[in-house]
Amino acid sequence: MEMPKVTDNFRSDVAHIGKSVLVKGELSGSEDLYLDGEVEGSIELRDHALVVGPHGRVRAHINARDVVVHGKVDGNIKGTERVELKKSAVLVGDIFTQRIIIEDGAFFKGAIDIQKEGAKSAAKREAPVGTSAASASAAAYSAAPAAASSAATETPGYSASPAQKKY
Amino acid sequence: MAQDLFRKFQAMPSLGGGAPAPPTSAERIPRHSTGLGEFTRMVAGQEEMRILDLGPTSPTNIARLTGLGHKMYNEDILLASTSPAYAARTEEGKPTLNVDRFLGENLTYTTTLFDAVLCWDIPDYLPEAVVRPAVERLHRVTKTGGVLLAFFHTRDAGPDAPYYRYHIVGDDQLELQQGPRFRLQRIFNNRNIEKLFQEFASIKFFLARDNVREVLVVK
Repeated sequence: MEMPKVTDNFRSDVAHIGKSVLVKGELSGSEDLYLDGEVEGSIELRDHALVVGPHGRVRAHINARDVVVHGKVDGNIKGTERVELKKSAVLVGDIFTQRIIIEDGAFFKGAIDIQKEGAKSAAKREAPVGTSAASASAAAYSAAPAAASSAATETPGYSASPAQKKY
Repeated sequence: MAQDLFRKFQAMPSLGGGAPAPPTSAERIPRHSTGLGEFTRMVAGQEEMRILDLGPTSPTNIARLTGLGHKMYNEDILLASTSPAYAARTEEGKPTLNVDRFLGENLTYTTTLFDAVLCWDIPDYLPEAVVRPAVERLHRVTKTGGVLLAFFHTRDAGPDAPYYRYHIVGDDQLELQQGPRFRLQRIFNNRNIEKLFQEFASIKFFLARDNVREVLVVK
């Protein structure tokens, strides 16, 4: 019997939601997730990574360690370690993270709040998180926080953003 | 009334027709900007400023401004204006834009006030119906003392002046990258520009060699 081909988009240690799947409600887990389907509600992966595939359609607030977006997201993204928007990404929502990587061609409407390292340390003391092996593509950039921010998770008063939307 | 302000080239071809054609070139053209230099000096030395970029998403701008410790907002209102959702017709049946609906879904910052706004040359390309309301909205969401940088083409630019994305690569250095094929809608003369920003406290013009006037306004 032939083994299924393992690719970056479909690994055996990564949960996979296919493009025909629609999820409404709260999606939470304690493993990495590749999402190529549709989600309306919220996504809570905390110490794990989320990849929104090219067919992924998310209308939800996302909380994960690393978030990579190829598809469309309408909602705020909190990536405690890193958020990456690929060139096909369309994001309408705010980003809260320590490292942001955006490829040229990505569409973004919202605010970017780069969190300071100190906030990460404090968060780690309260709830240890896993390490990440984030890598940036050559076509992208990485913005490391240059200065401390005392209000790293401050919600901007931006009524068009999904910050005030309820999913 | 507003029509008197502008010498229009022609009706906007893309209204109601969806997004314009994609960019044709990834080439970046270096360009010095005295207005940007002045803008940089005004925001220098301050952190956690709220800066609104109204151009197409620029990873370069986001990297640079967040790297300086600022909080960055991005909203491409020109692209948004091409959405068929805002298409409307005048009483004469001409295509226009539903301004109330557009401003109900764009530039809708209720509690955030910006320290700085990068307007680029968006007013030259926006549908006429929304130019003045958009500038009034920008005035409302800018802090007192806040600064806005805008570019305006001169008459010599011609109606086929390419639409550029502006990437900030230095204190007074830009890189221009040809963007979607938006068409120049009108030319503002200096008096038009002054009237457009009449609610702001001050306005300063910088003449450039490439048929563009750079304008720095302070609320």
